[in-house]
Amino acid sequence: MRKLTYIDAIVEAMHEEMARDESVYVIGEDVDIKGGVWKGTVGLLEKFGAKRVRGTPISEAAFTGLATGSAMTGLRPILEIMYMPFCYVAMDQFLNQMAKLPAMSGGQIKLPITIRAQAGAGTREAAQHSQSQEAIFLHIPGFKVVMPATVYDAKGLLKSAIRDDSPVLFIEDRNLYYEPEEVPEGEWLVPLGQADVARTGKDVSVVTLGFPRRKALAAAKQLEGTVDVEVIDARSLEPLDMDTIGASVMKTGRLLVVHEAPVRCGAGAEIVRRVVAEYFDYLDAEPRVLGGANLPLPFSPVLEDACLPQVNDIVNAVRQMA
Amino acid sequence: MLRTMLSIRLFEQRVKQLYRAGEIVGAIHLYIGEEAIATGVSEALRRDDYVFSTHRGHGHLIAKGGDLKRMMAELMGKATGCSRGCGGSMHMFDPSIGFMGGNGIVGGGIPLALGAAFSAQYRGADSVAVAYFGDGGMYQGVLHESLNLAAKWKLPFIAVCENNRYAATTPVAKSAASHDFSTYAAPHGIPGVRVDGNDCLAVHKAAKQAVARARAGQGATLLDCETYRVEPHCGIIPDDRPQEERDEWGRIENDPIERSRRRLKITQPQFAKLRAEIESGLDEAVEFARQSPMPKIGSCDA
Ligand SMILES: Cc1ncc(C[n+]2csc(CCOP(=O)(O)OP(=O)(O)O)c2C)c(N)n1
Repeated sequence: MRKLTYIDAIVEAMHEEMARDESVYVIGEDVDIKGGVWKGTVGLLEKFGAKRVRGTPISEAAFTGLATGSAMTGLRPILEIMYMPFCYVAMDQFLNQMAKLPAMSGGQIKLPITIRAQAGAGTREAAQHSQSQEAIFLHIPGFKVVMPATVYDAKGLLKSAIRDDSPVLFIEDRNLYYEPEEVPEGEWLVPLGQADVARTGKDVSVVTLGFPRRKALAAAKQLEGTVDVEVIDARSLEPLDMDTIGASVMKTGRLLVVHEAPVRCGAGAEIVRRVVAEYFDYLDAEPRVLGGANLPLPFSPVLEDACLPQVNDIVNAVRQMA
Repeated sequence: MLRTMLSIRLFEQRVKQLYRAGEIVGAIHLYIGEEAIATGVSEALRRDDYVFSTHRGHGHLIAKGGDLKRMMAELMGKATGCSRGCGGSMHMFDPSIGFMGGNGIVGGGIPLALGAAFSAQYRGADSVAVAYFGDGGMYQGVLHESLNLAAKWKLPFIAVCENNRYAATTPVAKSAASHDFSTYAAPHGIPGVRVDGNDCLAVHKAAKQAVARARAGQGATLLDCETYRVEPHCGIIPDDRPQEERDEWGRIENDPIERSRRRLKITQPQFAKLRAEIESGLDEAVEFARQSPMPKIGSCDA
């Protein structure tokens, strides 16, 4: 075992995949300047050269389309979006072009694209830099969507995403970037579409998306002795591992989904819908979703914190359900 | 080139008939009157060069070597269509000949072509990528982003504006401060060339230079091809362009096919023979499409 940070795990995954496959390249703003704003591309330029590490002007629409066109013609781009809300500038290229070309071509076009989108909230950067957008991409057919919450998953899922033949939205959380965690040496893959049981328990199933995994684990710890909480990190939202979630619900009969996006039309609503559709008979209580407030995230720290689900909110929600 | 132009013309006339008869449905944008552009451009291209098309793309595909049977089948939504019935008129694909798809979004294909150009450069292939777009594409920011990147990275990218003077019902004069779109190249330091888009030789000459430049690693070119769309914008939209203007452009001397016929000194009987050959190929294409099965449910799940 060794210590590694989430961002370094991402860098390591890209080093390995770029060495493995000549057609993999990185494109995005500042990716070729001192390892990028987030240090997410450290060493790539030095190792693989300017041809494969392409810093771009602030032209999201053009370089997103460029990535798609290059994937249509044999390359495997890793597209970095500096802050995920910036992808709105290129939304036609994402939702109309990238999402639809494989299907509209009758399967003749494959798009092995990894979109590394830096997301997260709670950093006092206000609404245009902080927004959970996974539900938008889940709603539009054509993307796989993953949200790694650990260092191990960041590396393993990114490698799987790069090797996948369809567009994979890889949502990173900047709050997780720089804290080291223990990981094995060498290479590993985490398959797309597998949830992770982060903690086993028998009373309530808490399914988390991204960063709230940590908060749910902290809440579970606080509840030890009163409620035995099972924490399932969904990791991958599309495909969604219904088997793991379902098995947990069959055991506990109680489901709480926690994410930072607003509840309305969120990924949690979809998970609840599927559990109701497929595991209705096992439910002993109304399944719930705990999410962010239904508004553009405010700047002021007190306001922003109040908009995001906190450990206490999870504790209270679980208590009410148990 | 005359044969290609005539194939496009007659294909489009068939499509129009079949659309009127209800055998083809959906949004159909005809290329009649603009045939010289795709023909002149594609004459300068190889099979392994890429073309990214628009909503008005039938002619682009035919000029690139598209199979008329599979195109007709696509228009009728059949399983044998070039997009297996998943795309229709605006989304025909044939990657095997470098035809990388039509596009329903004005300007949408431009950065995709930029990406294919990037990919060719990256792989060390000497293919080039062509983005077609109408004057409407000129107003999309992504065109300017793409020209900048193509120029800066010296990509083998050829932007071909099919300037038929209207975006749907809106004339260029109402939308643009500058009417000579070839000037949009200058700020990026790449060649911008205005050509008579109804003269396939003029288009071909400009395209040949652009392709040679791109293949030699010297970068991008912008072509502004002046033309006129003979038919209404789309099957369902009434045409309220001024009658004098339509009459002027509709004069037989302005027709790209007739201009080419006269230049080549093809006699009317020779021309009629060529026409009959193409028509019989179209008969087969229509029959093939009619006889083809509908796609199976689920066959468009990519
Ligand atoms: C982004 C976008 N906006 C609007 C439309 C609707 N629309 C379809 S074709 C068209 C006109 C396009 O004009 P132009 O680009 O000049 O091409 P032309 O039809 O003249 O060949 C418009 C406005 C669209 N398809 N995409």
